[in-house]
Amino acid sequence: MQQTVAAAEFLAACALSRVDAVGGFARDGLLSSQEVFTQQLVTGLSNGMIIALIAIGYTMVYGIIELINFAHGDLCMLGAYFALTVVGALGVDQWAGTGGMMGLVLVLVGTAAFCGSLNWSINRLAYRPLRKASKLSLLVSAIGASFILVNLGLFWGGLPMDVFADGTSSAAPKAFPALVSAAPAAQIGDVIYSRTDLLVLCVTLPLMVALTYLVRFTKLGKAMRAVAQNPTGASLMGIDVERVIGASFFIGGSLGGFATVVYSLYNQTVSFQMGYRMGMDAFIAAVLGGIGNLPGAVLGGILIGVIRSMSDGYLEARWTNTVVFGILILILVFRPSGLLGAKLREKV
Amino acid sequence: MDELLGQSEDTDFALTGEDGSRTRAGRFVSLSFRVMIRRTASIVAALTGAAFLLAAAPVLAVQDAPNKKLKIVSSLPQTGSANAQTTSIVNGIKMAIDERGAMVDGFKIEFEAMDDASPQKGNWDGQIESANAKRAIADPAVVGYIGTYNSGAAKISMPLLNKAGLVMVSPGNTAAGLTKPGLGEPNEPAVYRPSGKVSYFRVVPADDIQGAVACEFCRNDLKAKKVFILHDRELYGKGIADVFKKTAEATGVEVVGFEGIDAKASNYRSLVTKIRAAAPDVVFFGGTTQTNAAQVLKDLRAGGAKIPFVSPDGTFEKAFIEAAGKDSVTKEQGGVYITFGGVPSEMLTGIGAKFVKSYQAKYGEIPEAYAVYGYEAGCVLLDAIDRAETKDRAAIIAAVAATKDFNGALGTWSFDENGDTSIRTMSINTIEDGAFKFVRTAGGAAKAK
Repeated sequence: MQQTVAAAEFLAACALSRVDAVGGFARDGLLSSQEVFTQQLVTGLSNGMIIALIAIGYTMVYGIIELINFAHGDLCMLGAYFALTVVGALGVDQWAGTGGMMGLVLVLVGTAAFCGSLNWSINRLAYRPLRKASKLSLLVSAIGASFILVNLGLFWGGLPMDVFADGTSSAAPKAFPALVSAAPAAQIGDVIYSRTDLLVLCVTLPLMVALTYLVRFTKLGKAMRAVAQNPTGASLMGIDVERVIGASFFIGGSLGGFATVVYSLYNQTVSFQMGYRMGMDAFIAAVLGGIGNLPGAVLGGILIGVIRSMSDGYLEARWTNTVVFGILILILVFRPSGLLGAKLREKV
Repeated sequence: MDELLGQSEDTDFALTGEDGSRTRAGRFVSLSFRVMIRRTASIVAALTGAAFLLAAAPVLAVQDAPNKKLKIVSSLPQTGSANAQTTSIVNGIKMAIDERGAMVDGFKIEFEAMDDASPQKGNWDGQIESANAKRAIADPAVVGYIGTYNSGAAKISMPLLNKAGLVMVSPGNTAAGLTKPGLGEPNEPAVYRPSGKVSYFRVVPADDIQGAVACEFCRNDLKAKKVFILHDRELYGKGIADVFKKTAEATGVEVVGFEGIDAKASNYRSLVTKIRAAAPDVVFFGGTTQTNAAQVLKDLRAGGAKIPFVSPDGTFEKAFIEAAGKDSVTKEQGGVYITFGGVPSEMLTGIGAKFVKSYQAKYGEIPEAYAVYGYEAGCVLLDAIDRAETKDRAAIIAAVAATKDFNGALGTWSFDENGDTSIRTMSINTIEDGAFKFVRTAGGAAKAK
């Protein structure tokens, strides 16, 4: 995780230092059809990368204990509230230059640590005691955890802080300060690649690379794969199964934490209800890619993002959900285990 | 009846033998169950009797002061971002009641504020609104129902309350079709009046006026030649967007896009690209803070569309500014303009100004825009209760309908035969330094078709 953060920091620093290279853009309208397409692709990719990062959290947990962790989206929501609190308490939005850069990294890492620990605790309190119970009890426990988190968010929004508008209306959506402006980082013709788009890329890509490394080449990764394959066998080989499960929850949660900060900076709004949509999109992405499969979750996330964007752009926005679910059903009809999912193995 | 009972006896329990005859076990279960029911029933009867005696005791004790109590309820979304707005409406209603010392014509007035929103939606919830209406109907003391805030919610409770003959006064519904024939769906408004009588009234002018005023403002003040119209696909948002579109087409403003959004989407960047490609002069959004108006605005700015953003009264609340953040609402970014059916609190005169003053004294802040409509709804309802000969629901409906030249906080006005207010004044507002700022009044004369 250390080197990931460093890489993200470096890339983001490169990105942010060249803000002024492109001046403010004029709205001359009338984009050519290629420009429209490219712009939609950019939007879709950015949204998709965020979804993918959240989807990893779903797929990791499923891969290891076959639980759809319904609380994951709401965990991300709480992460956003945490990030907003940190920004408000430290006044990060006022930090300029390198300080602002450091502030951003601080918020990212802090939120990741918060979400990771929270996810680990949820596993410890709500899922681990039910390990021997039926999968259904576990699922109900997850739904319960999700409700608790939503209500925590509702409560959190009422904190008397400036960033929460003094908490007068706890349920109102809150504006997230633009730590990274939406000004273009690059512009070709009328296609804008904004600094927030770049931020998404600079955070998500290194994290995905790092995760792949972790799962493939480290001892913990090997243990995770072993537990996913056969928990009993793994424990017979001397692997501390509970520790591996806890680690997966922590890693999945902290990726969600990174994702939620990027999401908040990209959309500049947080609300106690945002977890539902974040969670749903990510869950669909995980299923589309093949639940339990990490590259699948990333592929699924990006696909969902791009499909949404194209549907919004070329059909009408109100058809978008229909299109997304239609494609999901089609894919599942022909590939029941998702795009990259392994052949269904029966675990009895 | 016998036949029915006989049938039910056979189908009561599934414990029948394979040939359909009842097994011994089945008969036993059935028998013991029935005994149980009989016993429970007698216990319940005894308890109810006792309860009645207990309840009657104090009444008997103070017989010379008969229990003359009437109840008013409100049903507004108080969980979710509309909470600040709806709380101020409830405060307005309470002030109307308190001003009369909670007594009308010798009757004590009780008030209960119900919430029609759910935390899951953070917005009005049809199931809760329907439950609220049914609860009000079931309570014989209730003689007035103040609500709803959202037109979509009104659609659910209106027919229920109408059928039960309970008067409904809305402080916030503006969808035209709720009262005005020919402006909404073909079956509107008859579908909301199963009894055939008008029992729904609103103190706020409807969207046929507001939509037209918004369009006129875009054409005359913002010099818009091309508009892109978005809406939230709800009754209110789509309704006002339709009126806006009609007015635009009739007055030679080109509509370059008309689209319903997904109010729960995380962002609208793709839509913004589409809008940029269409190059409108103005974006109109028919919707509310709760249906993501602020996110649409932010994405417009983030996508580089620095053009005026015009939205209706559903965004005329502090929560909208709070959600939009300080950067996206500035004039340099294109500006935000909000139409409102009436004038903002600080522009009220006469009784209205007095109300705002006493509200500030009591609650320590300038009321949200709809507070005065809550107050007015309360006043007009209490006035009608006062005038009604008998204090039953039917007489009170008739008294509300007969409201004429009512001298209230909004001016002097009457209800017309549809239950609409005669007031047609609208205002245009903008946002400056993080607060709403009045621009001008409009629509006094603008007859929307």
